[in-house]
Amino acid sequence: MDTSEDILQQASPDLIRGSDTARAAKAARLSPSFISWLQAGPMMLVFLVFFLIPLVFVVIVSFWDYNEYQLLPAFSGRGYTDTFEGCIAQLPDLCTIGRTYLKTLKLCFLVWAITLFIGFWVAYFLAFHVKSKTWQMGLSLLCTIPFWTSNVIRMIAWIPLLGRNGLVNSGLMKTGLINHPVEWLLFSEFSVVLALVHLFTFFMVVPIFNSMVRIDKSLIEAAYDAGATGFQTLVNVIIPLAKPGIVIGSIFVITIVMGDFITIGVMGGQQIAAAGKIIETRVNALQFPAAAANAVILLAITFLIITMMSRIVDIKKEL
Amino acid sequence: MTETTRKTGVSRRTLLKGTASLAGLAAGSGAITGFPYVKSADAKVLRYLGTAVNEGDDISKQCFKDTGIKIEYITATTDDVTKRVMTQPNSFDVLDTEYFSLRKLVPSGNILALDARKIKEFGNITPVFTKGETPGGKKIGGQGTAPWKVLYLEGKDSKKFATSATEFVTLIPTVYNADTLGIRPDLIKRPISSWSELLNPEFKGKASILNIPSIGIMDAAMVVEATGKHKYADKGNMTKEEIDLTMKVMTEAKKAGQFRAFWKDFNESVNLMASGETVIQSMWSPAVTKVRSMGIPCTFQPLKEGYRSWASGFCVSKGVSGAKLEWAYEFVNWFLSGYAGAYLNRQGYYSAVLSTAKAHMEPYEWAYWMEGKPAEKDIKAPDGSLLEKAGAVRDGGSYEDRMGAVACWNAVMDENDYMVRKWNEFIAA
Repeated sequence: MDTSEDILQQASPDLIRGSDTARAAKAARLSPSFISWLQAGPMMLVFLVFFLIPLVFVVIVSFWDYNEYQLLPAFSGRGYTDTFEGCIAQLPDLCTIGRTYLKTLKLCFLVWAITLFIGFWVAYFLAFHVKSKTWQMGLSLLCTIPFWTSNVIRMIAWIPLLGRNGLVNSGLMKTGLINHPVEWLLFSEFSVVLALVHLFTFFMVVPIFNSMVRIDKSLIEAAYDAGATGFQTLVNVIIPLAKPGIVIGSIFVITIVMGDFITIGVMGGQQIAAAGKIIETRVNALQFPAAAANAVILLAITFLIITMMSRIVDIKKEL
Repeated sequence: MTETTRKTGVSRRTLLKGTASLAGLAAGSGAITGFPYVKSADAKVLRYLGTAVNEGDDISKQCFKDTGIKIEYITATTDDVTKRVMTQPNSFDVLDTEYFSLRKLVPSGNILALDARKIKEFGNITPVFTKGETPGGKKIGGQGTAPWKVLYLEGKDSKKFATSATEFVTLIPTVYNADTLGIRPDLIKRPISSWSELLNPEFKGKASILNIPSIGIMDAAMVVEATGKHKYADKGNMTKEEIDLTMKVMTEAKKAGQFRAFWKDFNESVNLMASGETVIQSMWSPAVTKVRSMGIPCTFQPLKEGYRSWASGFCVSKGVSGAKLEWAYEFVNWFLSGYAGAYLNRQGYYSAVLSTAKAHMEPYEWAYWMEGKPAEKDIKAPDGSLLEKAGAVRDGGSYEDRMGAVACWNAVMDENDYMVRKWNEFIAA
């Protein structure tokens, strides 16, 4: 290793002759790794201040005690033990939290599967069948229509459509298909899934579309030339290459649905339990530590799901 | 301090600037309570935190005209108002809240006891608040957090409610009402006279209850008691066993599909009823009025077991002092002086000082809203829209009849924490 000094000296005789100027130049020229830290810095700072630090607080508060009107900063597992109350005693029946998460996961799975199916084909159509960039842009914008109205308006608008005296029911009755209005159209799991799919398919379309437009068209031509059928091309070329988009879209949809309580509340007639709803009820009753404990549990479960998904596809590698 | 400054050589000017801004900071933050107030040319402004019930534009405009006080409304839901008092007590001056939340607010030490002697009309406040009886002498049910239980404090900085009248008042009453079930008479087509009808299988899939745990469980208790399953010592302060029993009855009904939906928000309740999704549900008076003004029949049905009542009023943030406190008193006095009371009465609520409100209402209006007499002329809302045609009679009748039949008051229970958990279980069932 003592030769390295020699090599350096040979390579840059400047170092010996004018070491002062060299040092100044070296100071002015920042190392590449420092520059990349500098570039990532602002984002990291925002992330730290607005996400990590609040998250740490949530975890800390979740282990506090509380009474009717204040937080008591003394260690207590009450937020957690209360949450899992009766989970062992009530076996084999599920306790409140178990039932709530089972329901939330079920809704989450249904919404994920349907938005993925619809989102994939919408993105496929946009990427491969719409040739002009302008049309692609215009049609993608159309997908944002569900977001043009406020949450409340969107919810209220479903009643005249799906309600007991709504359009669908009166239409079905006129055609003679049914004699009595169908009740499960509104304030049911059906209506919750419908509203969530209506809202969040967009979050699937965008990342999948983004992955698909980046697929080199010559790959598809090559598959065609090699004699692959359309289905084979889809399964062996397009889906593997669109995987990052699928995973990113799935993460969007799953994290939103896992934490949702407004849409589930309004469309489910407030009769369907949701993980987010428990947190809301607790916060409204000023039981912040219990709410924080539930938030930590929700975060852990959502994180688990996302970790499993990123095991299937390494997003970092694919991007 | 001057000693050190001379040594460090800070000029007299900077020192003055420094101390002035420091003093200003201290005064502004309310750290120095006895600090002499410096009169400013600024307008008199009060930040008013509350739910939308009393927050009319007409009221703030009239108040500005009469007193020169500019009201800045900060609107939030009942739960959020309480949350804000706990977490940001300096973000408001005057607080408009309900009596039941006092059991959380007073121990937090974030509100200021008001001096009864500075409230001009305090002696004229309806005995509903002070004695628990109507002006006609009818005893009012005191289950739950009845206002007279939490009206007075033992001392200026006390956190304990006094059992008899003192001069330290927690909340100056402004508005209250007696709530019951709303029904669609055109779809039910028979008389309804008991809370137990809410769980009648006849209305399967057409009933609703509100999804605010502390109020919802009171309505549930009215129903359970009406069915004869249990008699509560205090519906507003149940034991754990009573909470279990109440939620069990409600859970069975929920599983059997009795409820179409639960509602949480004023507009939700109006939509459910107006669209015919529900025909019987817990409801608030102005929501019934709103459904009726859409041309759809809806009755705020008086029931034999009585009403669940609520009441709200004004208190002041602990951070308010000096001239601002005087404006707060001026504002509260103005609110009780009649204009606002009449305004609230015309919406179907009741005002705390009846005599001043009466002076601001037409005799035919007073007869309809307060005496339960048939309307001599068309009854109009404060905004001028038609509420009832001549000849109509108010649901439930007169003030005496309605307030006299109150069975319980909105409450915060001792077992609130347990109740909230059970409510979540009920929703998940």
